[in-house]
Amino acid sequence: MELVQNKKVILSVRNLNQYYNEGKKNEVRAINNISFDIYKGETLGLVGESGSGKSTTGRAILKLSDITSGSIIFDGHDITKIDGRKDTLKFRKSMQMIFQDPYASLNPKISVMDIIGGALDVHKMTNSRKERTERVYELLEVVGLSRDYASRYPKEFSGGQCQRVGIARALAVKPDFIIADEAISALDVSIQAQVVNLLKSLKKSRDLTYLFIAHDLSMVKYISDRIAVMNAGRILELASSDELYRTPLHPYTESLLSAMPTPYPDDERSRQRIYYDKKYHTYNDETKVKLNQIAPGHYVYCHEDEISHYVKKYKQLNK
Amino acid sequence: MEISSKLKFANPANNHGYEVVESINANKEGSYFKTIARRFAKNKVAMISLVLFIFLILAAVLAPVISPYPPNKTVGNFEAAPDSEFHLGTDEIGRDVLSRLIYGARVSLIVSMGSVAIYVIIGTTLGLISGYFGGITDATIMRITEVFMSYPYFMVILVLVSLIGPSIWTVTFVLGFLGWPPLCRLIRGQVLYIKTIDFISAAKATGYSTSSILFKQILPNVLSIILVNATFGIANAILTEASLSFLGMGVRPPAASWGNMLSNAQSLTVLSMQPWRWVPAGIIILVAVLVVNFIGDGLRDAVEGETK
Repeated sequence: MELVQNKKVILSVRNLNQYYNEGKKNEVRAINNISFDIYKGETLGLVGESGSGKSTTGRAILKLSDITSGSIIFDGHDITKIDGRKDTLKFRKSMQMIFQDPYASLNPKISVMDIIGGALDVHKMTNSRKERTERVYELLEVVGLSRDYASRYPKEFSGGQCQRVGIARALAVKPDFIIADEAISALDVSIQAQVVNLLKSLKKSRDLTYLFIAHDLSMVKYISDRIAVMNAGRILELASSDELYRTPLHPYTESLLSAMPTPYPDDERSRQRIYYDKKYHTYNDETKVKLNQIAPGHYVYCHEDEISHYVKKYKQLNK
Repeated sequence: MEISSKLKFANPANNHGYEVVESINANKEGSYFKTIARRFAKNKVAMISLVLFIFLILAAVLAPVISPYPPNKTVGNFEAAPDSEFHLGTDEIGRDVLSRLIYGARVSLIVSMGSVAIYVIIGTTLGLISGYFGGITDATIMRITEVFMSYPYFMVILVLVSLIGPSIWTVTFVLGFLGWPPLCRLIRGQVLYIKTIDFISAAKATGYSTSSILFKQILPNVLSIILVNATFGIANAILTEASLSFLGMGVRPPAASWGNMLSNAQSLTVLSMQPWRWVPAGIIILVAVLVVNFIGDGLRDAVEGETK
């Protein structure tokens, strides 16, 4: 934890809001005033139930949607203010995404060679046809695929293979930061493990930073350095992953952790599901509610008056 | 928890073992268009039609070589019945019907393929733009297509042709500029769906420009629709050209076209006494349209089989 805090901030999200149908009856606050930092070289896990705004956050950071308000500072630049082809390309080159649905994220009419090679072309990263082919082969091997696959089309692959192609495409432009948006949830468990391990080893060898969006808590714990828990467009708790699992403070986090199945039948049978009451994050006066630091590096979304309650809870759990 | 130890077996560096086994089947599938071609080849009617259509194109291209007489010259007796010299007889001023029929194929093919090429370019571009950008752009383009589609098509053609003056090029351009709205709507609908799929987000994230996304990422996914639509469009254009020429608003005599040859049948004597002057033209129009429609059907089946 201390280690993480000495590091350089690569991405800083401040007061991010994303509303849909703003001002209308059916207004949806997909992201509700969230702020967090991601440090260079770490993996931040973003967990929460469906519809909690995790993916929307990822897409906003990647500038795939226009945010309602707030700022997203990446590498010293506010990405919401990026304009013009040259700056956009520079930003695209440094941040990439791995998508949830491996099939849908690959164009069915384009061969693997051109899916990966296309990314190289956009950023003019190769000088000759031959170099391009070589780079694609190299990338396929990095993600553990045979180079024979280059001439094939996405529909000929299994989900895990497609996801590897997607990872190769993301890596092609040599990004610093990768958003993995439920990158493993569409895969079956044994393939999930392969892909997560691949992501882990790539992070080490290529000095990457991840935002790992998921709802599978065990995988998130395995890959993340820190974890943010989201619900209804808000970050409710943010802590290092060990600490979050050991001392969950917010009732929603407790509930989420209690829903996690364990591989041991005896534990599984005695597992108690904690139900979460929405009133824990419904406040009459929102002005005094924010992410408050309860312990070093451990933040909980609460009212100023509640801080002492959480501090007490933290101390109790740590006994 | 013991997750890390549980996952250790799955080291991606060593998994070539089972992935390479699968690559034995590599290249069996081939590219998308090869797949469609293979499915199309299984359809006998469509294949026979394709061969006939190729013959038609060859006849049109090689018209000066294969036609026995110059099409617009008086070479024999007036209104002579078919014999060994003039296989399909001669017309009212002694021109060879067979030669005129062969030259008529040129007109039909230029008009049909030319007009389809024009409307495919307009319809595809507008359809892609309309579907992809949405909002005001979409609304504007859609209102324009509705205006185009709510006029009686044939009447507009007649008016335009008579304003500009009938010729093979007028007919081609008028058909081309009026034919795009249905294709445009078809493509727009498809793009509305395609643009929500993740690979478009992925293309944006990769940094593709908007025009690359439209023409390199989305276009390949609607090509099959365009192909099928264009084929039926060709059949339609052949018919429309024939109708226009029949009414004297298409290709002007003395140039030969199937339609203006058919207009001979307007006279009762020709209709009842001289079948060689209109039956061949009628049959060739029928065959050409049928053949193109069968090709279209075959293509559609081959393309739709792809989704199953």
